[in-house]
Amino acid sequence: MKVLLSGNEAIARGAYEAGIQIVAGYPGTPSSEILENMTQYKQVYSEWSVNEKVAMDMAAGAAYSGRRAMVTTKQVGMNVLSDSLFYSVYTGLEAGLVVVTADDPGMFSSQNEQDNRHYAKLGKFPLLEPADSQEAKDFVVKGIEISEKFDTPVLIRTTMRTSHSKSVVTLGERPKEKGKVGPFPRNMEKYNCMCLYAKKRHPIVEQRLLDLAAYAETFPWNRIEWGNRELGIISSGVVFEYAREVFPDASFLKLGMTFPLPKNLIRLFAQGVRKILVIEELDPFLEEQIKALGVQAIGKEYFPPCDELLPQTIRKIAREKGLLPNSEAEPKGAEVPVALPSRSPVLCPGCPHRTSFYLLNKMKLPVAGDIGCYNLGTLPPFSAQHTMGAMGASIGVLHGMGKSRLPEHPVCTIGDSTFFHAGIPPLLNMVHNKGIGTVIIMDNRTTAMTGHQDHPGIDKTLMGETTKRVDIHRLVKAIGVEKVLRVNAFAVGAMEEGLKECIAFQGTSVLIAEGDCVFISKTTGPSYEVDLDLCTACGLCAKLSCPAIVKVDAAHKKTRKKKSGINPVLCNGCDVCAQVCPPKAIRKGTESRGHRS
Amino acid sequence: MMKKDLAFLISGVGGQGTVLASDILSDVGILSGYDVKKSDILGLAVRGGAVVSHVRWAGKVHTPVLEEGSADYLIGFEWLETLRRISYVHPCGMVLVNDCRMDPISVSSGEAEYPDREKILRLLEKTAKNVVVIPGLQTALDLKEARVLNIVMMGALSGLLETDPKIWEEVMQRRVPKRFLDLNREAYRRGRALV
Repeated sequence: MKVLLSGNEAIARGAYEAGIQIVAGYPGTPSSEILENMTQYKQVYSEWSVNEKVAMDMAAGAAYSGRRAMVTTKQVGMNVLSDSLFYSVYTGLEAGLVVVTADDPGMFSSQNEQDNRHYAKLGKFPLLEPADSQEAKDFVVKGIEISEKFDTPVLIRTTMRTSHSKSVVTLGERPKEKGKVGPFPRNMEKYNCMCLYAKKRHPIVEQRLLDLAAYAETFPWNRIEWGNRELGIISSGVVFEYAREVFPDASFLKLGMTFPLPKNLIRLFAQGVRKILVIEELDPFLEEQIKALGVQAIGKEYFPPCDELLPQTIRKIAREKGLLPNSEAEPKGAEVPVALPSRSPVLCPGCPHRTSFYLLNKMKLPVAGDIGCYNLGTLPPFSAQHTMGAMGASIGVLHGMGKSRLPEHPVCTIGDSTFFHAGIPPLLNMVHNKGIGTVIIMDNRTTAMTGHQDHPGIDKTLMGETTKRVDIHRLVKAIGVEKVLRVNAFAVGAMEEGLKECIAFQGTSVLIAEGDCVFISKTTGPSYEVDLDLCTACGLCAKLSCPAIVKVDAAHKKTRKKKSGINPVLCNGCDVCAQVCPPKAIRKGTESRGHRS
Repeated sequence: MMKKDLAFLISGVGGQGTVLASDILSDVGILSGYDVKKSDILGLAVRGGAVVSHVRWAGKVHTPVLEEGSADYLIGFEWLETLRRISYVHPCGMVLVNDCRMDPISVSSGEAEYPDREKILRLLEKTAKNVVVIPGLQTALDLKEARVLNIVMMGALSGLLETDPKIWEEVMQRRVPKRFLDLNREAYRRGRALV
């Protein structure tokens, strides 16, 4: 059967068809939909783990136990799980293990543009790069086969485009289920990386790489497509598809397995063409290895190492370098004729984070930020997250600020899911080392930014089972934080008082701002409205950066400033703007919101 | 005999339902006998930000993303977001624009000015041969459900394509939750009647 699947949906399907029995990961764009789609395959146990490292260890434990397993992560999550992935390369496994990293060239929702292909070389394991959804599915099946044949974890690397593009996939079947496993292997020389044993494992890892390189020569998705011999192009992933369209006549070496590389195949291709171009997104990962073989090639000399390498960029460069005839009819887009207002992402109407950023802006405090929707507090008019770098980093950075004896009291913001992911150890550290600073845990009861996944603070698992809910307040108390407040995030006055109380405390303080994400509470009810007779056009409500608040044509008589209005289709009725409005011109309305439910 | 290759760009604001619209459009392409690829931007970009979906129908599609100047149809769910993607439209392409203005924060905070409706329309008409203004939001609000805007827009597009309405019906049955199916059917019908 043929169906249209995204790369991520295809990977989930691939896991099913590969007979994978256990899948774990932590949400992160552009990888999240893989695990979300696993839930349709009830035969497979899947879970959102608390972070990527835990997911990796969990999957290793499953593969040691004889169950085929898969881990999913976004590109920066690889930094978190690599510690554990690297030991599993030394140990090998009892059953297949595949790790999927979804990289983000173009940084649509990431803090950097790291090219995770380097991990394969660093950690010494095989790397597969699918170009479309069909390959995304097939490579999981093939990845498990390689993993079991060579006794190694296998890395599958997609990019945002492969993960989030949809193309036609032919479905296959799931192999017969493996029932019983065990007993658990007591093979310590293999599975315990104590230095004595690990030292004996290293030569095995090196030999394995040689065996894998020989295998790469025969890997069916490493293939030559001969065309015009003047130009030969080596490429992988979705960029291969782009290049195929830009250079319809050229010869191609399409690589599906990009570490270790098929050296003989590359040499054969090089001998068959006059000139070689290596077209790859981000780093010269292939180019450097190809040049190390003594093959003359052009890569990053032409193609930039930053941003997505889109078909139109490849075409433009090809023209400039004389690789394509200029006479060819060129698709030319009209220039956008005027400077357009930007439309950055914003906190949703009814978002519980709005109050915190409104107050942090008002109180002019230095704020270490973290990763999640609340990073939108960085943008104007809030401008209230002054640093952000990695999951859970805010609390450690706060501690460093506190120990630096700044003239002002430092604050940090961290969401509930991020706190569970990597915020607990740095908070423990602050308590132990007598840190000074205020942690605002913005508990909206979901992993919002990536699409509302569960975490230990939620009473439902990915599989839909009811579970125990970890209480953040009790957890923070147990860690030893003396000053802990819980405040309703939608109550502006109480939030302000709570913040002031925490800031006055000379030590580690935690304010838990509790308010459900609008996607969780599904707040409905009438939209708010503005009484234009009362509105003084002071503009304070606009400082809430709410998409529902707009400027209307009516202006204040003296100042001529435009008054505010509320878009009833967008307003979720959270009441925060009514609380901050000085003349009390905003109130609950009666009009329908334009929604049926 | 293969039909003409088609490239579509759907542009809008996160939350307007552009992804479902592009899924439906892709399925219709497949059932109409094309190879199809599509590409969406998901994640951070959807939080009220500018969103765009690429859809291509052809005998064989390699790349899921359009090059500038190649879209046969630009389907804009909002005035500003339609103008923002004008560079993608082929000189002989067509623009469908939903008559809807949503002020971004840069405008409501007074930092930037929203170009007026007539100006945007003029600029669109300067690039594309055919610009059709669709009262999509109003049609959806007439049905008391702003969220069916995407189906109204797809209905309007269907009126311009040589596709079988039965295929659209089949795809909606597949993609739309059952309890909303009648409402969406009506949205599709009204949208189709707009062009």
